[in-house]
Amino acid sequence: MTSAVSTSGLTKRYGRRTALRDCTLDLPAGHVVGLVGPNGAGKSTLLQLTCGLLAPTDGTIAVLGGPPANGSARIGFVAQDTPVYVGLTVAEHLRMGAHLNPAWDRQLAESRIADLGLDPGQKAGRLSGGQRAQLALTMAVAKHPELLLLDEPVAALDPLARREFLQGLMEFAADQGVSVIMSSHLVADLERVCDYLVVLVGSRVRMTGEVDELLGTHHRLTGARRAEVPAGPGVEVVYASHTDVQSSLIVRSSAPIDDPAWTADPVDLEDMVLAYLTEAGRPGRERTLESHR
Amino acid sequence: MIEFHLDGKSGIAPYMQLIQQVRRAMRLGLLKEGDKLPTVKDVVARVAINPNTVLKAYRELEYEGLVQPRPGLGTFVTRTLGGEEAVAAHEPLRRDLEGWLAKAHDAGLDEESIEALLLSTFRAFSEQRVGRRA
Repeated sequence: MTSAVSTSGLTKRYGRRTALRDCTLDLPAGHVVGLVGPNGAGKSTLLQLTCGLLAPTDGTIAVLGGPPANGSARIGFVAQDTPVYVGLTVAEHLRMGAHLNPAWDRQLAESRIADLGLDPGQKAGRLSGGQRAQLALTMAVAKHPELLLLDEPVAALDPLARREFLQGLMEFAADQGVSVIMSSHLVADLERVCDYLVVLVGSRVRMTGEVDELLGTHHRLTGARRAEVPAGPGVEVVYASHTDVQSSLIVRSSAPIDDPAWTADPVDLEDMVLAYLTEAGRPGRERTLESHR
Repeated sequence: MIEFHLDGKSGIAPYMQLIQQVRRAMRLGLLKEGDKLPTVKDVVARVAINPNTVLKAYRELEYEGLVQPRPGLGTFVTRTLGGEEAVAAHEPLRRDLEGWLAKAHDAGLDEESIEALLLSTFRAFSEQRVGRRA
């Protein structure tokens, strides 16, 4: 299968600060990839390297089989906070899109705007947050990109606007078979729309994989304290917490856990991601707690 | 036509939730042979869900012999589940279960213990069956 994005040892530094460190990834085409991680983990940096807005400090990146090209017609990019031109009307946005993009799909753009019930004469600055996000998405998809990048597209939206935005995005993905990479810290949304996940923690890639495979191989185990931690080939303890009588673990294992000392339950994607983030952030969290004393 | 929904907190993979909903609708007689499933685009637009997830669920249902895609027309149910024979088998099974519940109660288990035992045994049993199939 061809790759949408493939990186090797990709690193980006701003002065002395490293935003992305030694990132090696192979994201297959035709997927909706979710990029999760806390603020400052390197999500935006990775997206901006992918669309050619930034150049790597070290390592390599290939996008749709070639070097990333800023302004490429094959890539649609919806930047953080879904920016639009506040002084231009909806219709003027569409005219600008048609002017700038050779493959502009006028019919798609106009029918999306009509379906959304947007007034073409309305200034973009007067639209609601949800409508602005939908306008920015329309501008990106009417280019007919092969790869659509979205940076925290729904973070600022209320739940209804968020659902409507994701419905529009998924409808487009179903229609055009486009590859999508979207960053978010709202894992619950990603569980529905993403079939591939990349977890970034502290500017490094912590975990990647297909969502169904991840859900099938992560288990929550509860048992008596000091029950021997299950071990074996391919069993990784992602997260462990202990009280005086009980131990709770989240483990990754391809084989089912068959140990009478532990009760195994499925883990949803949000708890799984949080387990990875918590474990990685542990020393830092303890420091913060101490400083509060 | 049925409508899908997703439970984000269940820990069950979304494609599996769709499969379960189709099977349940077939068992309840809401879907019969010849009925059409919603198109991938309809499901995606309504549930805000990944199209590959819907395709995977439909492929799995096809593999199980429950549905059949007809190019250009959609995906159609090919069987009727839960016929009279299956319903007839329910009653004796229910009586067995009631007997077992009475025994558990007599042994001093409270309702929560009975439920936990029932669920964990059921889950272990299903996992074993899945393991055998794989």
